[in-house]
Amino acid sequence: MRYKLEKRREPSMAMLVITPVASVIVTMLVGILAFDALGVDGWAAVRDIFLTPLLASHKWQDVAVKAAPLVIIALGLSVGNRAQVWNIGAEGQYVIGALAAAGVGLAFGQAGGFFVILAMIAAGCLGGALWALIPAVLRTRFSVNEVLSSLMLTYVSLQVLGYLVGGPWKDPNGRNFPATAPLPEGQMLPALDGSTIHLGIVVALILPFAFWLLMSRSTFGYQVRVVGSSPHAARHGGFDAKQTIWATMLIGGAMAGLAGSLELTGALHKVDLGFASGYGFTAIIVAFLGRLNPFGCLLAGIVLAVTSVGGQLAKTTVHIPDSTAGIFQAMMLFLILASDILIRYRIAKRA
Amino acid sequence: MTISRRNLLKGAAAAPLASMALPAFAQDKIKIGFIFLGPVGDYGWTWAHNKGREAVEAALGDKVETIYTENVAEDASAEAAIRDLCNAGCKLVFTTSYGYMDQTIKVAAEFPDVKFEHCTGFKRADNVSTYNSKFHEGRAVLGTIAGKMSKSGTLGYLGSFKVPEVVLGVNAFALAAQKQNPAATVKLVMIDSWFDPPKEAAATETLVNLGCDVVTTHTDSPAALQILEQKGLFGFGQGADMSTFAPTAHLTAIEDIWGPYYVARAQAIVDGTWASADTWDGMKEGTVVISPYNAAIPADVAALADGVQAGYKDGTYDIFTGPIFDQDGVERVKAGEVMALADLAVIDWFVKGVESAS
Repeated sequence: MRYKLEKRREPSMAMLVITPVASVIVTMLVGILAFDALGVDGWAAVRDIFLTPLLASHKWQDVAVKAAPLVIIALGLSVGNRAQVWNIGAEGQYVIGALAAAGVGLAFGQAGGFFVILAMIAAGCLGGALWALIPAVLRTRFSVNEVLSSLMLTYVSLQVLGYLVGGPWKDPNGRNFPATAPLPEGQMLPALDGSTIHLGIVVALILPFAFWLLMSRSTFGYQVRVVGSSPHAARHGGFDAKQTIWATMLIGGAMAGLAGSLELTGALHKVDLGFASGYGFTAIIVAFLGRLNPFGCLLAGIVLAVTSVGGQLAKTTVHIPDSTAGIFQAMMLFLILASDILIRYRIAKRA
Repeated sequence: MTISRRNLLKGAAAAPLASMALPAFAQDKIKIGFIFLGPVGDYGWTWAHNKGREAVEAALGDKVETIYTENVAEDASAEAAIRDLCNAGCKLVFTTSYGYMDQTIKVAAEFPDVKFEHCTGFKRADNVSTYNSKFHEGRAVLGTIAGKMSKSGTLGYLGSFKVPEVVLGVNAFALAAQKQNPAATVKLVMIDSWFDPPKEAAATETLVNLGCDVVTTHTDSPAALQILEQKGLFGFGQGADMSTFAPTAHLTAIEDIWGPYYVARAQAIVDGTWASADTWDGMKEGTVVISPYNAAIPADVAALADGVQAGYKDGTYDIFTGPIFDQDGVERVKAGEVMALADLAVIDWFVKGVESAS
């Protein structure tokens, strides 16, 4: 008996939901088998990576803290990706956003309170957006591919960070270690008592609704989708492709900058050389895993946060090496992306 | 059994021993946790800390057990990792990189009953100690050898970040080399990472292209040594003896020996005598050890290097003895003066002859 792939007339909504869930389950099963074969307690490893972060209430805060920046950045990136604009430099926009927020914070000295924090976060959005504006200008004026320019600006942003925290913004009481002074209490986002859950996480939960409204209920959302799916039709319809590039890059940058400023004010409370830890890159995966859908991004951000938090936990509890957690993530992503084919195609018997 | 004086004494001695041993058997072993920056297989920094952990297991294995988490980023996830170890029941947690400082302080406030040991930082609390090693003493030995072994007089320094520890290493290396060859210069590259083998290799290529024929590394993998081995040049191991990776190029290495400190602190937890402290040991205490010399080092150079080691052990040598000039030629330390430890800990200027190559 032979099989062939047959194109579906319409993408299967059932498969859209089933394949990610099935992928996670298959990853868990393969993981259990592989670990048992290696002589490690496979079930314990899989349980700690995938389930403990969800089931143990003391791990929820870790998942939430990790997921929030991923979700926020991915929301912004997914808008651009819908319009076929490829901003790979969210990491840099995240860094510049955090630096902008830190700069405003420093300008206020020890002053704090609602308006100071608001100004810091606004500066974060603005900083990220301005950093994303550079590749947008290069693309629309000089036809420079934004994949390269946005990516390379990430390295520039790290140099800016290194210069500021090792130079003019260095903590005078920091024993000459390159880092800004810890934020004064009044410049920190409110957090739940005795936990690391800060207000930025609430923002990450609300934003998907806003983006859903923007993308499916506004002319702008329609414009982005048309420009992305059929540029010719968009031109006939009077939609300006350049304007779309500008707008989507700005949104992507602003969201990355927002995430950076929330990480600063909510979680880390200072900028040091370890500040950029890859959220901007992981968020690209989150956006695609979430199928460029706002609620998908929320879910995908949580899933990636769970495996990352769980992976770290399993390192301590079942002594799996660090790379193993990475293999799990990679296996899950591979299965999800590979099974995407079942959404557009069905397996049929060859006649 | 006749009661003799000897038996009586034996019994008297044995009784308290037995009663002391009993609780150890009756209750679970004390858990000690370690947070590692790199993988334990980096053959450098983290490898050396893991050796220290193994020393604790070997010395106190009947009373304590150790757990560790490797590759922990120096961001918010470090906080979660430290908290995980506390939740797992650890009574003592070693956080082995500077970038875990604020996270350690924060989690320590949540777990007042757990003791913490933070490596290379400066923030302490009632339940947080800090400890460091005078790596720069080892750098002075390497600089002495490099100053003699380099034909070009141009030395390379593969750095990580501009933190006091690295600045101290660069300065000690340069000053020691200039004692042997006053014209020696040190080209410095910072790669903004402690462990990134491809980047370490690329930066080493850069240094070699700039004319450096002896390169020392302040990053944690043997990648630089492997490049130097290919090019027929010389280098040094960092954190551990790396001679197996570059038998010809590896002149010697600075070995970080954390075991004795870790065992002592673990013992203090077992005994209930642990107290917050700041420890900065070096060659004298055996925390910094120089690996066996490569046969390529001539006897007279080996003797000079041994002299530096002996001087640090008996306190007659200190590379940070004036006159010391900075990069701009300004005299920072007057002739005959020795820099205080407190000044070394916050140093942020490079000595004359150090040139940025990045």
